Amino acid sequence: MAVVETKAAQAASEDKELLISGSEAVAEALTLADLDVVTAYPIRPYDTVMQAIAKKISGGQLTAEYIVAEGEHSQFEIVKHASTVGARVFCGSSGVGWAYAMECLVVTPPLRVPMICLVGNRALDDPGAFGVEHNDALFVRDLGWMLCWIDTSQEAFDTTLIAYRVAEDRRVFLPCAISADGAFLTHSQAITMVASKEKVDRFLPRYNRGDLLLHPDNPITVAPQANEDWVIEIRRQNDEAMKRAYTVIEEAYADFRKVFGRGPENPWFEEYMTEDADVILIGMGTISLPMKVGIRNMRAQGKKVGLVRLRWFRPFPTEKIVAALSKAKAIGVVDRNYSFGSPFASGVVANEIRAALYNSDKRPPLLSFISGLGGREVTLEDVYKAADLCYSAATSGKSDARTHWLGVRE
Amino acid sequence: MSALICEVVYRGIFQKNLASRITRGIVLSARKAGRWGIAFGRYGDSPQRNGIPAKDFAIVADTKEELEQNMARYEPKHVDVTICVDDTLSKGVESWAWYGLQPINKLTVPNGTLLMTSLQSPESLLKDIHKKDAPYKLSLIPAKASFAGLWVYREDHTEVRILGALAKIAPDFLTLDAVSQAIKESEWGSDLKVASAKKAYERIETREIKMTEGNGEIPFSFEMPKWWEMREGVTIPAIPVGKPKEAGKGYVPERNPYFKKYTTRTMRPVIDFDTCVKCNLCWISCPDSVFDVMPDGTFDAAMEACCGCGVCEAVCPVEHCVTMVNEQAFDDNASQWEMWRKDKAAYKTWLGTKIADKKTTVRSHGFRFRGQYDQELKAELDSGGVEITAGIPGENAAHKTV
Ligand code: SF4
Ligand code: SF4
Repeated sequence: MAVVETKAAQAASEDKELLISGSEAVAEALTLADLDVVTAYPIRPYDTVMQAIAKKISGGQLTAEYIVAEGEHSQFEIVKHASTVGARVFCGSSGVGWAYAMECLVVTPPLRVPMICLVGNRALDDPGAFGVEHNDALFVRDLGWMLCWIDTSQEAFDTTLIAYRVAEDRRVFLPCAISADGAFLTHSQAITMVASKEKVDRFLPRYNRGDLLLHPDNPITVAPQANEDWVIEIRRQNDEAMKRAYTVIEEAYADFRKVFGRGPENPWFEEYMTEDADVILIGMGTISLPMKVGIRNMRAQGKKVGLVRLRWFRPFPTEKIVAALSKAKAIGVVDRNYSFGSPFASGVVANEIRAALYNSDKRPPLLSFISGLGGREVTLEDVYKAADLCYSAATSGKSDARTHWLGVRE
Repeated sequence: MSALICEVVYRGIFQKNLASRITRGIVLSARKAGRWGIAFGRYGDSPQRNGIPAKDFAIVADTKEELEQNMARYEPKHVDVTICVDDTLSKGVESWAWYGLQPINKLTVPNGTLLMTSLQSPESLLKDIHKKDAPYKLSLIPAKASFAGLWVYREDHTEVRILGALAKIAPDFLTLDAVSQAIKESEWGSDLKVASAKKAYERIETREIKMTEGNGEIPFSFEMPKWWEMREGVTIPAIPVGKPKEAGKGYVPERNPYFKKYTTRTMRPVIDFDTCVKCNLCWISCPDSVFDVMPDGTFDAAMEACCGCGVCEAVCPVEHCVTMVNEQAFDDNASQWEMWRKDKAAYKTWLGTKIADKKTTVRSHGFRFRGQYDQELKAELDSGGVEITAGIPGENAAHKTV
């Protein structure tokens, strides 16, 4: 339900091609989605999107409540409440700003608030740093947030629309954080197709909160205190919503392809040259770029390497990823995050994939890599090194229990 | 018997520390004979809320293994002794957690004991205590409901009197010597308290209760919804809007169908409809929306919703129009207004009797005036012949009494 109508929409039927950053692409999508309430509190690199939305509003393209909060905690609380009264909402943050909002992030999934956020991935303090690491968004991986990682401005635009479609589906009603690598995506501009308002309207229905709408005509109490007689049932409800999200995501991508004439067949991850690959590397976000270039170079030398770039981390595409990876002779997971003290001292994605493969009959050797922390460049040499180590594991048929740190001075 | 399981049913805040002293006392007394034990509260209860029925448990056993056997559950399913330290709880236990109404003797094993502090006779108590499908014993210690609470601990010796009585009920587990020793060693113990325990040991009165005895009412219960039956989003539908009382006049709101407050309160308001000036203040001020608007503009307090807080008495501008009376003076939850409408003269008499019977009706829990409880203790408490409000340890020393 749109609380306020956007006055000056772009010419309804035209697609247009723009040179814009990932953050600006998100703002284009929000404008077309007729966003109602947005809250802002600056922190790099997320602040780029808040600036882009402000421009849209000041330029008269979007009419929405733009509330500057006094910190991230309020920022997320405000949109949470706005969503319960039926507003389409947007929010976002980065690094420790996201951490500061943690109490609100925790309550959003059980309250079934379909909040969409942009997490401009940023290293957690200390040291104070701007560069990308994925640990910030991963804070909420166990809490009922849907989490996805995007790679291009185009994907930023498309995924924003898809995220609303999925989150606001009555079967799901869960928040979704779209992660964009700080700098590489939030601050780099690329040619992006911005679809027509008419197409967006066809794809994205209005938000209808139904019997959960906080309104005098629908008197309800939200978020009461409950004891052990109720909590596990509430968790089970959330579990079911997340399970339903699998179907709803598939449906949304299929519809997206129909309406917009583009978009991936497989919503969950991108496969690059994996068909005949001996070695498959896995990563999330813009790390795909050096990997793809590296893979092309290695292929020129006869090394059959492929890439799986994970888009959706929650819900996790367990069966599909197992099917895609188990055909390789060895796999290497390159994490742009860390999980100190975890099994094999790996990154988070490596351990998720290990767990996913556990019940599989065919488990190729798995190598785990940590790379690109704090925005460090992931070089072609790093990619070659990872692939070579995977090749040795393919030959020996054994997983390497060590986690390799790539590009660290040693 | 190689294990002894006791529950203490008490009222939140007012008796929180009392209950824990009793359960600790049981374990530490049994320890004197080398037994193992544990004392714990039912965590889902809300003992931090005024008057809400809550439970603590003590389990003692010969061996650690036997103790674990009995500990491996959230709340014991059966107890050898149910200890009830407020006789208004004879009407049952309805915890904050929406379990429906649990009869006070529900967990008591066949031939087990229900031990209560009360100034009432067994016959009077049995009007409230639900019938049980097995015989059991009712043991009484003459005493008012103790006010040994979370914030203030009134040293009225209730904890030691219970322990003394238990030495009589379960001598295999707690000898009087062991109890006396444990009391003496505790930080709140004294010779005077040991003397009180011994008096209780002598004075406890026990009577067999047959299956035919007790209140025959079926206790209120409800089934908890399945996860897929609950509305999502931690959302609860509001109580629907109510209806006029009759002939388009008055107003009776809908009420929570699951959580009733029949046993939450220790007192209830009685209302003089003849002197009511229809000022609305009780209706506006009641925190639990208890008052139904009657066709004549007076207000009837619906007992399914009243928590007994006393706010209505405090706000009513007419003297003696609303009076809080000990819950124990009532055997049902009938409408006072209907009673009044049927026979005004009879109602006046009924009302007068309830208000005048100070012996049964006065309850303190401290809200009327400071020092009320101390006065009651001096005037009425049967402490086994020992004056207990002077010279006792703790914060209840004489100079603190107003
Ligand atoms: S005691 Fe009076 S004010 Fe308090 S809940 Fe009962 S009716 Fe309402
Ligand atoms: S506060 Fe007293 S006088 Fe006023 S309406 Fe209530 S009962 Fe009547």
